[in-house]
Amino acid sequence: MKARVYVSLKKSVLDPQGKTIHQSLQNIGFQRITEVRQGKFFEIDFASELTLEDVQAEVEKIAEDVLTNPVIEEFTYEIE
Amino acid sequence: MKFGVLMFPGSNCEHDAYHAVRKVLRQPAEFIWHQSTDLKECQAIIVPGGFSYGDYLRTGAIARFSPVMGAVRRFADRGGLVLGICNGFQILLESGLLPGAMLRNRGLKYVCRQVSIRVENARIPFTGLAGEGDVWNIPIGHMEGNYTLDAEAFRRLERNRQVVFRYCRPDGEITADANPNGSIANVAGICNSGGNVLGMMPHPERASEPLLGSQDGVRLFQSMIQSRS
Repeated sequence: MKARVYVSLKKSVLDPQGKTIHQSLQNIGFQRITEVRQGKFFEIDFASELTLEDVQAEVEKIAEDVLTNPVIEEFTYEIE
Repeated sequence: MKFGVLMFPGSNCEHDAYHAVRKVLRQPAEFIWHQSTDLKECQAIIVPGGFSYGDYLRTGAIARFSPVMGAVRRFADRGGLVLGICNGFQILLESGLLPGAMLRNRGLKYVCRQVSIRVENARIPFTGLAGEGDVWNIPIGHMEGNYTLDAEAFRRLERNRQVVFRYCRPDGEITADANPNGSIANVAGICNSGGNVLGMMPHPERASEPLLGSQDGVRLFQSMIQSRS
């Protein structure tokens, strides 16, 4: 099974990189963008014998303990 | 006082820190490898600057899981002195030994220059020989020094006097233009509630000899030594 984890800065945290990208996009003509947030993406492969519940539990633990710093970041994930 | 200087793959200020305590302050000192759990009976631990584990994932995020950090946590819990400088500060944040987190600098650039910082709390073991309001001239060199914490937790931090250093003008005034990285309330260094764990972005070891242009960092190391003598 494969998990895809998306990590981004919390809405309450200023994202200077996203702001800079947004500004650049506006400069080259993409005027209708209202916000850009930059984040990280992880693709994690699990051994095939694991159940969906096992994988969900592991992914959440990994995302909470390692992939994010909960002070500034949050995550979503999907499993296939 | 025996100092232990941690070494992670990617640390690059460990020799500077070792030099400052061993050669300048003439104290016993040892390097401690990140795989070790033996702190060699050191009375103070320095978590040095650099790019531990290449700063992969987040600054300090991987170093936090190294065996030595478990020993450092136990040492800190018993009241041992732990000083995190720059990347060492980031490691202490990721480890939960200090509250908060670092964001990319407001200007998105690596900032490497001499700054002024004001001593906000001179009653902890790291600043006992300083006066409150003293201004130190110390260099910084970092990309992620934009300290952040939610508003309620930060109020608590200020109430507990855990803000130890703030970026200021040379005359000591705290202004927005004296803030090199966007850090909340100009924070340059904070301590834990016990005052025995300090994290700071400026490099006291780089301000420890006349040749380096400032010796203000020496007072921090001297304070540590004096606090335990």
